[in-house]
Amino acid sequence: MDLMTVLQVLDSTVRLATPLLLACLAGLFSERAGIFDIGLEGKMLAAAFFSAAVASLTGSVWLGLSAGIGASLVLSGIHGLASITFRGNQLISGVAINFLAAGMTVLIAEDWFSQGGRTPSLFGGGRFEGITLPFAEALRGVPVIGPIYYELISGHSILVYVGFLTVPLTWWILFRTRFGLRLRAVGENPAAVDTAGVSVVGLRFAAVAICGVLCGIAGAYLATGLQAGFVKDMTAGRGFIALAALIFAKWRPWYALYSCLLFGLLQAVALRYQSIEVGGLVIPVQFMDALPYILTVVILAGFVGKAIPPRAGGEPYVKER
Amino acid sequence: MTLMHKFLATAAALSLSAGAAAAEPALIFDLGGKFDKSFNEAAFTGAKRWADETGGTFREIELQSEAQREQALRRFAENGNDPIIMTGFAFGNVLGEVAPDYPDTKFAIIDMVVDAPNVRSVVFNEHEGSYLVGMMAAMASESDTVGFIGGMDIPLIRKFACGYVQGVKAVKPDATVIQNMTGTTPAAWNDPVKGSELTKSQISQGADVIYAAAGGTGVGVLQTAADEGILSIGVDSNQNYMHPGKILTSMTKRVDNAVYDAMEAGADIETGIYVMGVGNEGVGYAMDEFNADLVSADMQATVDEAAAKIGSGELMVHDYMSDNACPVE
Repeated sequence: MDLMTVLQVLDSTVRLATPLLLACLAGLFSERAGIFDIGLEGKMLAAAFFSAAVASLTGSVWLGLSAGIGASLVLSGIHGLASITFRGNQLISGVAINFLAAGMTVLIAEDWFSQGGRTPSLFGGGRFEGITLPFAEALRGVPVIGPIYYELISGHSILVYVGFLTVPLTWWILFRTRFGLRLRAVGENPAAVDTAGVSVVGLRFAAVAICGVLCGIAGAYLATGLQAGFVKDMTAGRGFIALAALIFAKWRPWYALYSCLLFGLLQAVALRYQSIEVGGLVIPVQFMDALPYILTVVILAGFVGKAIPPRAGGEPYVKER
Repeated sequence: MTLMHKFLATAAALSLSAGAAAAEPALIFDLGGKFDKSFNEAAFTGAKRWADETGGTFREIELQSEAQREQALRRFAENGNDPIIMTGFAFGNVLGEVAPDYPDTKFAIIDMVVDAPNVRSVVFNEHEGSYLVGMMAAMASESDTVGFIGGMDIPLIRKFACGYVQGVKAVKPDATVIQNMTGTTPAAWNDPVKGSELTKSQISQGADVIYAAAGGTGVGVLQTAADEGILSIGVDSNQNYMHPGKILTSMTKRVDNAVYDAMEAGADIETGIYVMGVGNEGVGYAMDEFNADLVSADMQATVDEAAAKIGSGELMVHDYMSDNACPVE
């Protein structure tokens, strides 16, 4: 295995980890504010469809991205309405959103494009192209650093860089701003926040909205960055892997980055090598695919450090009279 | 008593007329969905052609979950539809249970053999068609490395792969064939992102022609191949138009002909195993204006010669499903 192969696998890791990372951070905001969200998958799917559909109709990927974020925000709004305003069960609302998105996207796609639940292939300005970072060409000849910079760091679509920059931003918002402190507090002890005179409902809606925006970017990246169009069920369970990554990261932003990169790496390796031999022992590709879930179960079971969710997570807040 | 008789007679007459009125064929699409640009869509095209030509009507349903298989079958059978056609190997077990309960109804299943007196099992010799496109891939390849990307890892897809490899090796015995399966769950049929990554990985290993037998995942394969400037091969339906000048050819499986024939035969359909291969134009490769520039006359002549030999039985392509093994890698 030479340097190029390693770089190609890592390059693939970055591409596969980005949608996971964005969805994972989306879930982080929502769950830190006490709103469990298993509807990440559905929001990503809806965003993927609307971004591809609008990009294909208008020819502008930026309008597509806005439409994707908009669609994801609407679903977030529904989740917020059901679980915050009407104090419904957050898990049920999330499941409903997944079903709604799975059915709605195909139905609308069929009505608009009549291509069997797909959007037409995007081309030109309808797609996010990879951007070459400055000096990438010039540095290419430099040994080791050159290829790493050119192959691995440069050449991704802009949403990848947005995704990675969101990690420090999330950390800063959550742990260095007043809004972040309140947001975390509302997930741990909403009554205290309420006593301090801050609106629990407002904070939770803000968190759910941020979650919507990030899921929207994740979905748009799938359909207009990685692919050139929407295909039925194209998220293929990435929303759930992102949830697993969130638990694996114990609801912390930097750990979320590491766990998403780890899960992305596992996928990339599984795609590159159908079976891996380690000292005479053959690891089948199915095991690699299952590993994210196995690791999550191990973490949840408390074998390797305990994952403790935000204390008020999943419970609607009822103001005392 | 007379009143009772009257009631019984009316009921009998009603049920008879209901049965006669609804003797239209029915078509059940598998989970991939009716417009998958591939397998199920081909079935729909065949049914539509039959309806347009004969003015007949047919009933259809798109399955949404595994649990609906038996339900849909029984419903059409109770309704008196005849014949009932279903697409996909996954109906095998269910049909095996349902068919004996409705001995007067005829069933046709595509891609699977079900041993019952009232079932027509249509099977395609995909390995023969894959052999032909494998030959073309080998001839078009400059790096002598070609790729295969399958959807869900099932014997049927291995059959595609095995035929393809045999075709490649027939032209260039030293060529390398990189094989990948997308996954082991039904989600592997609809994951274009994984398809793209697999394509990139195969390209980096030197592949310059990639054959995708992966349903919706194949969309990602064809797209990435076109983006990266290499050739790809489509599957089931003619997919050449999706990226003009970038898709070498498509391995066509004439599911439409199978459905058309079954509907044409109606309730008198012949049962038993019905094989569609290169010989009776059940499988083949697609040529049209989109790939005319990619396929030279020489290539076409070589492939046509092989097709004629397969048709006459002179050339045997090994079928993976006959012994779950492939003689070449």
